[in-house]
Amino acid sequence: MDPIDGVLELRDVRRTHGTGEAAVHALRGVSLTVRAGELVAVMGPSGSGKSTLLALAGGLDRPTSGEVVVEGEALVGLSARELARLRRRRIGYVFQDLNLLGSLTAVENVALPLELDGAGVRAARQSALDALREVDLEDLADRFPDQMSGGQQQRVAIARALVGERRLVLADEPTGALDSQTGEAVLHLLRRRVDAGAAGVLVTHEARHAGWADRVVFLRDGVMVDSTAPLIGVDHLLSGSLR
Amino acid sequence: MSIRHGLLALLERGQMYGYQLRAAFEESTGSTWPLNIGQVYTTLARLERDGLVRPLPENESGQRPYEITDAGRADLAMWFATPISRADRPRDELSIKLALALTTPGVDVRAVVQTQRTATMRALQEFTRLKYTSDKPEDLPWRLVLDAMIFQTEAEVRWLDHCETSLVRHRPAPIRAVDHPEAVDRAGDEARR
Repeated sequence: MDPIDGVLELRDVRRTHGTGEAAVHALRGVSLTVRAGELVAVMGPSGSGKSTLLALAGGLDRPTSGEVVVEGEALVGLSARELARLRRRRIGYVFQDLNLLGSLTAVENVALPLELDGAGVRAARQSALDALREVDLEDLADRFPDQMSGGQQQRVAIARALVGERRLVLADEPTGALDSQTGEAVLHLLRRRVDAGAAGVLVTHEARHAGWADRVVFLRDGVMVDSTAPLIGVDHLLSGSLR
Repeated sequence: MSIRHGLLALLERGQMYGYQLRAAFEESTGSTWPLNIGQVYTTLARLERDGLVRPLPENESGQRPYEITDAGRADLAMWFATPISRADRPRDELSIKLALALTTPGVDVRAVVQTQRTATMRALQEFTRLKYTSDKPEDLPWRLVLDAMIFQTEAEVRWLDHCETSLVRHRPAPIRAVDHPEAVDRAGDEARR
């Protein structure tokens, strides 16, 4: 595989919490490559290591050993400042807990990471409006979170994750407590961004959500036990056999 | 479901001949249920025998269209009004396979579960992709068929997850060999002696 192809690469990544007898091995040697235009779902029961994997992929946690590479850059070599910059610019996060700031409007929430990164207010607002348009929420740009439904708030959180030039989108149970139609709309947005060239990782225990992925990997006790064959390039075959 | 009710429902739209029925049947099931033309004609013959459809004169191309009768309409209405019984569905090979895996020496049941989960998940990905790409309003019947398959495969993955959780907690009882009938007979004979 061409190394430039992989937007995210985990190479034999291990993460251990604590030492000695009290040591908990959250991940025990996981390797995974996610390419541009590919959505990989990570499935596994609670405690299998899927959230740890996502935190390591996003530079929110550091591995005990092994390497995490984002767009060709090994995170281990980056200073805290460089890592923070990479997180603001290139990685989008969608978590179950939305973390929207109640005192900011939708567009201000979405523009925040860009402003923190030093973008001018006007440019940041324009990019934020573009991201809100991508999730069909342009009309509600000046509303505060408490003036929006749960599904709308989740879409704002997604717009914030997609704003700017992020090429890696990481989602942890992004449909949260949303009803199935709204949850499906959220996955649709994620899928669309990936189809437009981003790489995506979706952590979920819901099979129906994992169904949106090109590839599903299964974690058990910190080890990847199996993976489905990639779905890329089989559309014609599917429509031929089923339709 | 039976092909007969499928054909009756199609004839309720208007008269059709065999090849039209076959094409319409496959279209409305997203080709998940392929029919051969022989099945169509056999079914039409039975429907005619039971008075549920009536053949019309052949058209100029030599095709004989059929139309639904009042009795056919009543039968169709009854079918729509009656729930499908679970007992009418075929036995589930997967659940039987897992039950046997648990009681067969030397079988890694967790591996059986994972192999199935990967395959079922892959099917779920395919159905989801098809649904995602069938977004035109006229695709609605097909999307609903896909939804049914999506929910069924999802249920299977959930059931497999449940099996795995149960397996983790399970401490197997020693597997007993089934008593050989002759041995039972002999034991009985000895007891009687």
